[in-house]
Amino acid sequence: MNVQEIIFYLIAAYILGTGIMAVTTNRIFRAAIWLLFSLVGIASLYFWMDLEFIAAIQIVVYVGGIVVLIIFSVFLTQKAGDEMPVALKSRTLPAAFASLFALAFTANILLHHNFGSASNVVFDPNMDKIGMAMLNTGDGGFILPFETVSMLLLAALIGCIVIAMKIKKEETQ
Amino acid sequence: MMPIGLTHIILLSTALFFIGVYGFFTRRNLITILMSIELMLNSVNINFVAFNKYLYPQNIDGIFFSIFIITIAAAEAAVAIAIIINLYRSHNSIDVEEANEMKY
Repeated sequence: MNVQEIIFYLIAAYILGTGIMAVTTNRIFRAAIWLLFSLVGIASLYFWMDLEFIAAIQIVVYVGGIVVLIIFSVFLTQKAGDEMPVALKSRTLPAAFASLFALAFTANILLHHNFGSASNVVFDPNMDKIGMAMLNTGDGGFILPFETVSMLLLAALIGCIVIAMKIKKEETQ
Repeated sequence: MMPIGLTHIILLSTALFFIGVYGFFTRRNLITILMSIELMLNSVNINFVAFNKYLYPQNIDGIFFSIFIITIAAAEAAVAIAIIINLYRSHNSIDVEEANEMKY
């Protein structure tokens, strides 16, 4: 095994271990922190694949945005140190069985599938290429999804304010 | 032993996806269900990027799919948390078992 393989297995073990802790721990605040560790591990996997831009987006949006949002909502809706009730055995056992069976089934298909080989072009997703394609109106450009996503973000912004807005008592009477 | 390639990364993302599925089945708190969904979305992102890198290195479409999925996941998390806070105001609880007015 060379160094790169050892690093891959370390990253994989880190992501899966923290992911399992995130879905099994009984304290909700700890679950959020384990999720944060798992997302940082996924960012390091992107670094391992030489995709610095995606890794940076992963850290900025997921670790800096979504996990902070989740932690805020934990503080707003419940006492952070409280233990959640332990999940029933009649619920965890079928769930674990179904997940393990589906995992074994998918892994079996994957290990016997021949993906074919890639062309010999070197994969080079530098920032110039991504930026040019993002705002390109021609062939292979992504201007339409870019604009659509910007409209979606605006709609989500307004929708969040409308849903979470508190209506005062005087206005309702 | 095979050199590390596409199969290893897809196996990792499959395992992560089914960890998310397990959490989705067992949790009864809306915030933890949201966390499980985030794990599943992340495993999908790993798949897109890995297929792009190892099978079609001449294109960068998989990277764009990942970028747009991350954007939409952020919007989805924000809307979900607004709904959770609204539900907490009306029910004083975010347990899915207690929000059952539309069940019957």
